Amino acid sequence: MSDATTPILEVQNLTLKFGGLTALDDVSFGIKEGEILGLIGPNGAGKTTCFNAVTGVYRPTSGDIRFQGRSLTGVKRYRITQLGIARTFQNIRLFPSMTALENVLVGADAQHKTGMFSALFRLPRHRAEERDGHERAMELLRFMGIHKRADELAANLSYGDQRRLEIARAMATGPKLICLDEPAAGFNPQEKVQLMELIRKVRDRGFTVLLIEHDMRLVMGVTDRIVVLEFGRLIAEGTPAEIRDNPAVIAAYLGVDEEDAS
Amino acid sequence: MEFDYQFLFSNLPELTITGLAFGAIYALIALGYTMVYGVLQLINFAHSEVFMYGTFATLWTVWALTGTGGGVGGIQLLLILLLGLVMAMATSALIALALERVAYRPLIKKDAPRLIALISAIGASFVLAELMGLRDKVTAWVGLDDDLDRYVSGARINQSMASVVNMPDVNIGGLSIKTVDLLVIAAAIAMMVIVDQFVRRSKLGRGIRATAQDQETAALMGVNPTRTIQYTFLIGGLMAGAAAFLYMLKIETTKFDVGFLLGVKAFTAAVLGGIGNLRGALLGGLVLGVAENWGQALFGGEWRHVVAFVLLVVILLFRPTGLLGESLGKARV
Amino acid sequence: MNKLKALPKPVKLAFWVLLAILAYALPILEPPIISTPGVDFGGVLFVVTMYCLIALGLNIVVGYAGLLDLGYVGFYAVGAYTAAILTSFHANWPLLLSLPFAVAATTIAGLILGAPTLRVRGDYLAIVTLGFGEIIRLVAVNTEWLGDRRGISNIARPPSVMTGEDGGVVVGEAEPGLKGIFEIPHLYWGDGTVLVDTEDTTQFLVFGVLDQIPYYWLGLTVVLLVLLADYLIKNSRVGRAWEATREDEDAAELMGVPTFKFKLLAFATGAFIGGLAGALFASRQSFINPDSFLLLFSILFLAAVVVGGQGNRWGVLVGAFLVAYLPQRFRDFDDFRVLVFGAALVALAILRPEGLFPPRRTVRAKQMEHELEVLETGHDDGEEAARV
Ligand SMILES: Nc1ncnc2c1ncn2[C@@H]1O[C@H](COP(=O)(O)OP(=O)(O)OP(=O)(O)O)[C@@H](O)[C@H]1O
Ligand SMILES: [Mg+2]
Repeated sequence: MSDATTPILEVQNLTLKFGGLTALDDVSFGIKEGEILGLIGPNGAGKTTCFNAVTGVYRPTSGDIRFQGRSLTGVKRYRITQLGIARTFQNIRLFPSMTALENVLVGADAQHKTGMFSALFRLPRHRAEERDGHERAMELLRFMGIHKRADELAANLSYGDQRRLEIARAMATGPKLICLDEPAAGFNPQEKVQLMELIRKVRDRGFTVLLIEHDMRLVMGVTDRIVVLEFGRLIAEGTPAEIRDNPAVIAAYLGVDEEDAS
Repeated sequence: MEFDYQFLFSNLPELTITGLAFGAIYALIALGYTMVYGVLQLINFAHSEVFMYGTFATLWTVWALTGTGGGVGGIQLLLILLLGLVMAMATSALIALALERVAYRPLIKKDAPRLIALISAIGASFVLAELMGLRDKVTAWVGLDDDLDRYVSGARINQSMASVVNMPDVNIGGLSIKTVDLLVIAAAIAMMVIVDQFVRRSKLGRGIRATAQDQETAALMGVNPTRTIQYTFLIGGLMAGAAAFLYMLKIETTKFDVGFLLGVKAFTAAVLGGIGNLRGALLGGLVLGVAENWGQALFGGEWRHVVAFVLLVVILLFRPTGLLGESLGKARV
Repeated sequence: MNKLKALPKPVKLAFWVLLAILAYALPILEPPIISTPGVDFGGVLFVVTMYCLIALGLNIVVGYAGLLDLGYVGFYAVGAYTAAILTSFHANWPLLLSLPFAVAATTIAGLILGAPTLRVRGDYLAIVTLGFGEIIRLVAVNTEWLGDRRGISNIARPPSVMTGEDGGVVVGEAEPGLKGIFEIPHLYWGDGTVLVDTEDTTQFLVFGVLDQIPYYWLGLTVVLLVLLADYLIKNSRVGRAWEATREDEDAAELMGVPTFKFKLLAFATGAFIGGLAGALFASRQSFINPDSFLLLFSILFLAAVVVGGQGNRWGVLVGAFLVAYLPQRFRDFDDFRVLVFGAALVALAILRPEGLFPPRRTVRAKQMEHELEVLETGHDDGEEAARV
């Protein structure tokens, strides 16, 4: 952890419109290195859209996103990943007919350079990267507790394991910032607690975490700071304690979905 | 390569009209490709054969009605036109339905990879074309070849019918234009409009559009997917039959493999306009037909097909989803 | 295959070597049933190797990277025409010198076609490539510089290795008088007896007009090399990137895979192999014209890949063998060949939608799906099918 005060990621006056719909409206916040930042808000608030803007899927209508001081506007998606931002998806998007191990290897390859020529002649670079990739991938699978299923096709994993595999794949790309989009969706309470444990461990390994999660209690328990979106606007920002007592947040959540707040 | 500007510009109106006539035929065939693609995301490779059977239906109907001589008029002409059209549409529709039943439905049930459906389509296309190309041998097997001699002999060469529409050229503003061309353009556009309105307004059309957008949801909302797909093939087949009839009025000869190139062109037209988009098919067809005819005048007949494909590549580069954008489901209402 | 995997390494190696030797010996053995009556068996086998080569190349594009290419014959044609022009029509180069130029030209053609078109959606790629294949042929038909309809003849053959009149080794064009460094007799299968036929021999490494077996050996060698390369590339970052792109292009891009670059690479690699096959084919035929590159061939090539099971190199080889060999074996039904072939494609698609030999993983996934289904519904698929 270098300088805890300079944000690793800065979202500056981000506005994103889909035709007439403003999905993000002048949103600004920052993430400090080494923290777990929660991004919450009712359904359709623009959380996933925010992820998509950060990872280059959508181009901001206006505003800027800076990662380690560098603007991400116009940077290619795979470049953004190589620069150090990884993500998971709200709807699982693994490579279904590749094995769990291969899925993670694809992630690890983000930092590799082996091309056709190296591969064809089995040059030292290929060997070194292949060895390194396998070690890292197996280690991550073990970390996520799914190493026994390494040779299973991603499509054949259980739902929970697929979610875990997505996190492993994202971590394998060697990110500094890892964005998790509702990683606990569909989990039972016990699994959720375990996952939050795990997310804390992820942070302890030196990753910065940006977490979208609907379950208020869990978010409160695991995050250092929380950003709240509603209808594309940032309505609150602060520590979990501050957010809990914020009348605007309470109104937004009470007005929306009892179940989500449980 | 020489560029014959002179010829192109001095004959521009005539070239355009002929081009539009070809284009109208492409558009009618393209309709079948575009609808099936919109609903199933399948390139119905065998659609060209659906068209080819329509041309033979027309040919044989005209033969049967006129004997050898052409040049009829009045009521008789009208009768021939009507019966030829009906036979062609019925034949093509039957083939299209059979195709759906035999070559695609079993695959859709199994949720097979899309590429495999394409292979099945290719196989079916071969079978249909070869059955026509071997009709003499097939009938000889059954022992009917003598009775049907006129219809089955020369199975692998061009067969032609006498001109049915023998009307003098129309004179519009000093241009002499072939009656057949005008007839083809008018009929094709009329039919396209009918289908377009049908898909937009009727209950069945809504079902087709809903299925194109999201088959599962449509099914949950009570749209029977199998039926919808059947109707999609049916409409495509009817239009291919109409196209075949108009083609025969204009070209007058056909052969067992006539569908292949026309099919490729029609599919090109569909992509050009934006696949899955009905109005796109019309626009794509007309643009393709005219461009081809101009190109032919400019570069010479041997470059005709090259012009068509180069046009396609260029348009896709600048408008990756075709001229009018894609999707039957997203069609503006 | 699974059993084979479990064997110790030397045994496995021995098995593959044996299989390769058998493949090389096939035209010498002329086993009944397999060998083709009425057509030169060596020639048929040569064509089979060309189809294998093409299928391996197309498999990289279609099977690995998931790009539907309906105009693969275009690359085949570029390779063939480059070799033809350089060795006969506009220059007099030896074949071996022209080969690198042929594959380079094809690879460049692949890049030129791929760079703009690989950005458009997958299905459009199909029609654009179809158009490309047809344009290449039509350009050949209409260009005098490419021999137009009449085609190009006297394309160079590979250099033969022969014994000269003085007993020394001569390398060059095959000459009627000269023999190979050794000759190999064929087997003759009579009624219940097998004889070594010393009258019927093949000159080793003599690429003449009549005996096509040396060409087959050449083709087989190239196939084996490409097969090895295919294996090495598939099991590397490149192969994984291709597969990830095929599975989910957006997700791959977001996991740091430059998908466009890899799609282009797949396209160029496929083109490379297609061009190589085209050049070899032109050399063997010694004559090409635009009719050798009809659109129909693109379709046949694709059929070879899909029939065998796209994505599985062994399946693809079997597919290539079937597509190339069956029509030759059953020449008696010449007229009905295409008809039967078409019917076979439909039947195969319906009965084995995953191809004859799908990649093992696809099989596993399907099994799992089935098991889950049984668990969920509590009865077998068969019952369900019976009820519907
Ligand atoms: N590609 C798109 N085109 C048009 N509108 C979109 C698109 N993506 C998202 N939206 C809209 O933007 C708004 C924000 O969506 P977003 O997915 O970011 O919400 P979210 O906060 O992630 O909600 P959830 O909790 O349901 O995941 C929604 O109204 C959504 O319909
Ligand atoms: Mg979301």
